[in-house]
Amino acid sequence: MQRSSALGETKTDTQIKNKVKRQGSVYPFYFLLGALILYLVFSVIPGFIGLFYSFTDWNSFSTDINFVGFDNFGLIFSSEENYLSFIKNTLIFTVATIILKTALGLLFALLLTEGVKKLTNLHRVIIYLPAVLPMLVVGLVFKSILNPQTGLLNEFLRSVGLGAFAQKWLVDANIALFSIIGVDTWKGVGYIMVILLAGIQAIPKDYYEAAAIDGASPLQRLWSITLPLLMPVITVTTVLNLLYGLKVFDIVYALTNGGPGYATDVVFTSVFKEFGQGRYGVASALSTVLFVIMIVFGYFVIRLMTRKDQAE
Amino acid sequence: MPTKPLKALGFNLAALLLSVVAFIPVYIVIVNSLKTKAEASVMGIGLPTTLHFENFATVIEKGKLGQSFFNSMLYSVGSTAIGTILAAMAAFVLSRNRTRLNRFLYFFIIMGIALPTNYVTLTQVMQITQLINTQLGIIILHASGQIPFGIFLIYGFVQTVPRELDEAAIVDGCGPWRLFFVVIMPLLMPVMITLSVLSFLGAWSDFIAPLYFLNNSDYWPMTLAVYNFFGQFQSDWSLVSADILLTILPVLIVYLLAQRFILSGLTSGAVKG
Repeated sequence: MQRSSALGETKTDTQIKNKVKRQGSVYPFYFLLGALILYLVFSVIPGFIGLFYSFTDWNSFSTDINFVGFDNFGLIFSSEENYLSFIKNTLIFTVATIILKTALGLLFALLLTEGVKKLTNLHRVIIYLPAVLPMLVVGLVFKSILNPQTGLLNEFLRSVGLGAFAQKWLVDANIALFSIIGVDTWKGVGYIMVILLAGIQAIPKDYYEAAAIDGASPLQRLWSITLPLLMPVITVTTVLNLLYGLKVFDIVYALTNGGPGYATDVVFTSVFKEFGQGRYGVASALSTVLFVIMIVFGYFVIRLMTRKDQAE
Repeated sequence: MPTKPLKALGFNLAALLLSVVAFIPVYIVIVNSLKTKAEASVMGIGLPTTLHFENFATVIEKGKLGQSFFNSMLYSVGSTAIGTILAAMAAFVLSRNRTRLNRFLYFFIIMGIALPTNYVTLTQVMQITQLINTQLGIIILHASGQIPFGIFLIYGFVQTVPRELDEAAIVDGCGPWRLFFVVIMPLLMPVMITLSVLSFLGAWSDFIAPLYFLNNSDYWPMTLAVYNFFGQFQSDWSLVSADILLTILPVLIVYLLAQRFILSGLTSGAVKG
C-alpha cells in the first residue's frame, strides 16, 4: 500500500509541485482555527496562567493578588504540611499501577494469544469492559463490594475459609491506598492488555516458526522474541500509565475522597480541596508541579507516538 | 503444536475466571436493581426471588433522571459532534499541507494528550468567557478536551486517502469546504466513528467538569445525579443499583455495538502498522 503510493507520487510529482504554490487555498488555515482556539483557550492558557498564579497569594478572601515568589512551593515541600504525603501517595499509586497493569496486562495478553484458542475476542471484549464504565459508578459499586461487614469480597473470603485475609479495605488507613490501587488495576488492566495484545499480534509469525525449528522452548520464545519486540509498545503503555497515575483524581474521589484522614489524598484531590477552601495560589502551585513534570514526560511520549509520521 | 488437553483446559478456565472477575460488578448491579430493598441490602450475587421492575420507575421519578439523562445526552452528543468535526478539519489541513508552521502546530496540539487540566485557572477562563454554569460550557469543554487525541488519530488516517482525490475535486471546481465535507469526510468515516465513540463514552462518564463548573443541579449529568442519589438513598441499594444501571446502560450498549471501533482506536499510535 505504502510502496505503491510512493511510486505513484513520482508520476504526479510535477502536478503536486504546482499545487503546492496555492496549497493555502486548497487547505486553508482557517480550517485549523476552531480546534486551535478551543485548545489554546481551554488547555494551554489555563496551564500558563496557573504558572503565573503559583507565584502569588491569590485566594478567595482578598481581592489583592500579591507576588510571593516561591513561598507556595516552599509550603508544598515543607515537612510541616501534608503536601509531601500527597505527593508520596501519588508516586506510590503511579509506580504500583504501572507495575501491576503492565505485568498483569502482559500475562492476560499472552493467555489470550497463546493459551486460549476459542472465544478470544469475547474474553477481550469483557476484560476491557471495566475501562468504559464511569469511574463514579465503579467507585459506588466497589464501596459496597469492599464494605468490611457486608461486602462481597470479605463474604467471599470468609466462605472459602480465608476469613483471616478479610480487611477493612477502604477504612483502614494502612491499606486504603492499596485497595484503591487494586480497584484501579481492575478497571485499567484491560486497556493495557488490549494494546499489548495488538502488539503481540503484530509480531511476524516467521520468527516463531524459525525459533520452533531451532527447538526453542515457549519460555525461550517469550524471552528472546516476544518481549524484545514488544519493548516499544511496553514503553508507550508505561508512559501512558505514568501520565494517568500522576494526574489521578476521580477514582480516589469516588472511593475515599482522600480519607480516612489524609491517608489516600493525592495531588489532584488536594488541589480540589484547596480550591474548595479558596486557596487558589497554593492549588495552582500544586497543579504547576505536575504540569511541569508532565510536559517533560509528555514530550517524550508524543515523540514516541509520532515516530511513524516523522519517518515519512 | 500439540498442547496437552489438560493444559488447554487450565488456560481456558483462567481466561474464564478473568472475564467473570471483570464482569462481576456489572452483574451485581443488574441483579440487585431488580430486588427489594431488604434483599439488596448486602449487594449479594444471588438472583432476585421476584423481579421488581418498578424500581426503575421509582428512581426515574425520585432521582429526576429524565432531566439528567437529557443533560448527559446533550453534553455527550453535542461535544462529540463539535469536537470530532473540528478535529477532522484541522487534521486534514495539518496532514495535507505540511509547512513548518503546520508541523509545529501538529506537535504543539497533540502535546495536549499529556497535559493535565488546571481546573483552578480554567474556572477563571470559564468565568471570563461566561461559560461557567452553562450547558454550552460543558459541551465546549468536552469538545476541546478531545481535540488533541482526535487530531492525532485522524491525522494518521488522512494519509491513507489519496491526494489525487483532492486534485480531481479541485479540477472539478470544488472549494475547500465542499472538498472537505463532500469528498474527504465520507472517506474519513471509519476513524471519525472511532473517535466519536471514544468521545461519547468519555463525555458520558465524566463528572469532573460538572463538579467544578455546574452548581445548578438541573444541569447535572447522570454521573453526578447518581452520586447525589446515592447520598440520599444509600440505605436502599436496590434503588441505587437501578439508578446505576440506567446510568451505565447507554455506555454498555454503545460499547457492545462499537467495540470494534474502540479497540482499533486504542491501539493506534502505540502499535506500529
